[in-house]
Amino acid sequence: MSSFQGRDILSIRDLSRADIELVLKAAKKMVPVAAGSRRSKSLEGKILATLFYEPSTRTRLSFESAMARLGGRVLGFSGTEGTSVQKGETLADTIRMVESYSDAIVLRHPQEGAARLAAEFTERPVINAGDGAGQHPTQTLLDLYTIWDEKGSIEGQNVTLVGDLRYGRTVHSLTYALAELGAHLTFVSPPTLEMPREILEHVKERGLAFRTAHRLEEVMRDSDVLYVTRIQKERFPDPQEYEEVAGSYRVDEAILRDAKRGLIIMHPLPRLSEIAPEVDRTKHAVYFKQASNALPVRMALLDLILGGGE
Amino acid sequence: MKELRVTPIKNGTVIDHIPAGRALKVLKILGIGDSVTSTVTVAMHVPSRAMGWKDIVKVEDRELGAREIEKIALIAPAATVNVIRNYNVAEKRRVTLPDRAVGILRCANPNCISNVREPIETEFVVRSKNPLRVVCKYCDRELEEIVTHIV
Repeated sequence: MSSFQGRDILSIRDLSRADIELVLKAAKKMVPVAAGSRRSKSLEGKILATLFYEPSTRTRLSFESAMARLGGRVLGFSGTEGTSVQKGETLADTIRMVESYSDAIVLRHPQEGAARLAAEFTERPVINAGDGAGQHPTQTLLDLYTIWDEKGSIEGQNVTLVGDLRYGRTVHSLTYALAELGAHLTFVSPPTLEMPREILEHVKERGLAFRTAHRLEEVMRDSDVLYVTRIQKERFPDPQEYEEVAGSYRVDEAILRDAKRGLIIMHPLPRLSEIAPEVDRTKHAVYFKQASNALPVRMALLDLILGGGE
Repeated sequence: MKELRVTPIKNGTVIDHIPAGRALKVLKILGIGDSVTSTVTVAMHVPSRAMGWKDIVKVEDRELGAREIEKIALIAPAATVNVIRNYNVAEKRRVTLPDRAVGILRCANPNCISNVREPIETEFVVRSKNPLRVVCKYCDRELEEIVTHIV
């Protein structure tokens, strides 16, 4: 029996290194099934509830596709219009109700801690698909899978995280996981958007050295992975300051001249101007592949949790 | 002879070894306001061998609940609670901070699920006791200014 069977996936920090490696290997095996070239009925007869209190096309569709590819079924809602939530039902009550209709619950909710609360009110496994500014562990798993699949390993890779490192939940979760897996981390951000102190302390406690920089040029030469995130306009009171800052973290062909041959560029998408379109044509660009990796990774996770697959 | 500024009480609770200046916060935790019917004595800035200066609160005809003692531990980790019955110290114990603070603190994150109408109690994991650091079980954020978030 898999150590994942029936387990909640609430935060990437609940997963050990061995857990993460198990998911990555299982995801690799799922690739042909995800592509439709091999059929699977491993979750036949199982029902997944997808409760999306706020819309998220990408995450919801990939979970639904993952379940369908494994022969299971999906029910749920996207947006709370017309549901009992709008009548003021508590999350706890909704979860207690949905429990009797499904074998596992995927939850996206605008408030932090919602998935942990949900898990307290049901015996069914709960997968956190994003809780406000909190956690989104399956996004982290697909990011890790992309690095592992493209580079062959995670330990020892020079991973550079660029952009809004202060508010971006994606980079926070990813940092915890990469520290767990022994990657060498570099953080590049404007001074006002630096990685929170407690996360840097955590990395240090793991015994890992890391670098911080304000300029991308300084670190291009030895990066194996460049993880780019969006710098949001709302973070800057002055629009001109935003333009300047955003411009200085833009990845384009010029900056890639110093890059390693094997550098991969990742981005959680959607992107705005932080990666120039010309980069899409280079061998460095893996962000669309990264997005498509959502499917085998979520399939692997569902199979491990619901099917007991290894 | 040492002069006693505060007289002994017959029945009730004496909270001793409160850090100087925090007695009023203890009163707030105990909900002592207009509607109290028994005598409450507060001694502030009393010389103390162990602490230099300390505060003492005496509440007559009342014994404290476990939650109240946990709350006091948040602001006065070295406090002792003496239960007085018929002029004798019937029980004497140090306040202790549990590893998990349940239902005694409110999360400062307005977007935390524990701040909306859900059938749960707040819960904080005590990461360190000295200095006191607590993290919300739900939203995972560390609570700053703990004292102002006591329920």
